[in-house]
Amino acid sequence: MSWLTETMQDLLLEAFWETLIMVGAAAAIAVALGLPIALLLRVTDRDGLSPNPWVNRPLGLVVNAARSTPFIILMVAIIPFTRLVAGTSIGTGAAIVPLALAATAFLARLFENALHEVDKGVIEAARAMGATRLQIVTRVLVPEALPGIIAATTVALVSLVGFSAMAGAIGGGGLGDLGIRFGYQRFMPEVMATVVILLIVFVQGLQSLGDWLVRRVSHR
Amino acid sequence: MTAIALTGLRKRFAAGGTLALDDVSLEVRAGEIFGIVGRSGAGKSTLIRTVNLLERPDAGGISVLGQDMLALDDAGLRAARRGIGMVFQHFNLHTRRTVAENVAFPLEIAGLSRAGRRARVDEILPLVGLEGKRDAYPAQLSGGQKQRVGIARALASRPGLLLCDEATSALDPETTQEILSLVRGLRDRLDLTVLLITHEMGVVKAICDRVAVMEAGRIIEQGRVFDVFTRPEQPTTRHFVSEVVGHSVPATTIARLPEPGPGEVRQIAQVIFAGPNSTRAVVSEASRDFGIDINIVSGRIDEIAGEPFGVMALAAYGPREKIAASFDWMRGLGLTVTEIET
Repeated sequence: MSWLTETMQDLLLEAFWETLIMVGAAAAIAVALGLPIALLLRVTDRDGLSPNPWVNRPLGLVVNAARSTPFIILMVAIIPFTRLVAGTSIGTGAAIVPLALAATAFLARLFENALHEVDKGVIEAARAMGATRLQIVTRVLVPEALPGIIAATTVALVSLVGFSAMAGAIGGGGLGDLGIRFGYQRFMPEVMATVVILLIVFVQGLQSLGDWLVRRVSHR
Repeated sequence: MTAIALTGLRKRFAAGGTLALDDVSLEVRAGEIFGIVGRSGAGKSTLIRTVNLLERPDAGGISVLGQDMLALDDAGLRAARRGIGMVFQHFNLHTRRTVAENVAFPLEIAGLSRAGRRARVDEILPLVGLEGKRDAYPAQLSGGQKQRVGIARALASRPGLLLCDEATSALDPETTQEILSLVRGLRDRLDLTVLLITHEMGVVKAICDRVAVMEAGRIIEQGRVFDVFTRPEQPTTRHFVSEVVGHSVPATTIARLPEPGPGEVRQIAQVIFAGPNSTRAVVSEASRDFGIDINIVSGRIDEIAGEPFGVMALAAYGPREKIAASFDWMRGLGLTVTEIET
């Protein structure tokens, strides 16, 4: 374990911390933005509560466009926007912007699917009871979709861990970046292996946490 | 008093498609259990959904508990819907809410306080026999229990009208009977009017006071359940009635019947006896006056809402025109004679 010097330990720890920050912050932003977008998509859908193709189509198009742009390109393409938001275009903070954007589009679609899974009958029952649209959204649609929403967030978190490895391209740091710089570019396979193992354990932990939460909130 | 008055309802889902509702008019009296029976696609589901405007008709009038539903604005419609309970085939319960929370949902929507909701839930759960299940989740309940939750929820905000959309179609026969007697009991205790739709004539026979038969978007026959059962006029109605009354004679029984003699035919028929002539010696009179032989294949007494009626299957032997004349004579006496092809 001669390669695991104190410096290397610090580097790993710092990289892990950066990954945590990037993934956590991007996911938080993506949930906050993705859920309203998903609700808007679902509600304005043809069989939604307020069908409106003039909102649904363009919004769906934007979401798809963001989803179909490869992350590495998206990251570079929105540098001006990143600078506007984060004040800089390099570093961990700056990496959060493209990560959040990609994850928002990703989550908006996954959340929309989760909302689609909600039994139409329960919504109809609420309509028959005289519920307002807002009541249906807040008291039926979102609560009934919650297990799906949590499952989708778990998927997004895991994907974000993968995306964050590319953040090294704009100096975002993180475990993936460490693996590339030391493991690949400096020929230190031990570092690469450590990074990979850390990532596997991290992702596994996220997935287990997500699954546990889904089980807790669903009563099927 | 009229609870629901539907007049001239029309509804077409797709331009150029068939009419789901084709000039449907219907009156449901306060306090009765009114059944609408029809095959799937007959338009009965669309019809019941127009009552609380889950489905808007293209034309026609809807008056519910004295209120013109089509004249209401959004807020007025929501208020009116709170006075109309609805029960669904697939229960439509919130999976993440307990029984008590499901039942409280309409009260929550209406803005009732937590204490008020609790009190009402405590009041209503015993009515449907679920007081022990208040904290269970729907997934932990049987189909019959789920529908009890659906009924409790529908009645939580004290509606005067209950709509049942195929409420027992997902249940086994025994549970169906339980739920039906529950509905009838609740009607009696809570002064409810019930409109239900079903594809099972057994449901109609078990609890309805009056029935309408729907086919291809129209009401083809309606009346008191006893009258419709004992004197069905339309072929579709006769078919529905036969499901419950059972007019089919087993093929093995027919095989054992004597073959007609030379110059004779054999005609098997189902005869329903009801009303003033049901005690007349119809069979021997027909045999004597028309010069035919009549073999009674089967017979039994059935009952609808406490009124008895007889169902008999007979095999008549003789010249074709004499048999036909004897059947017409029976029809003239008010019996329902349905010829069965063999």
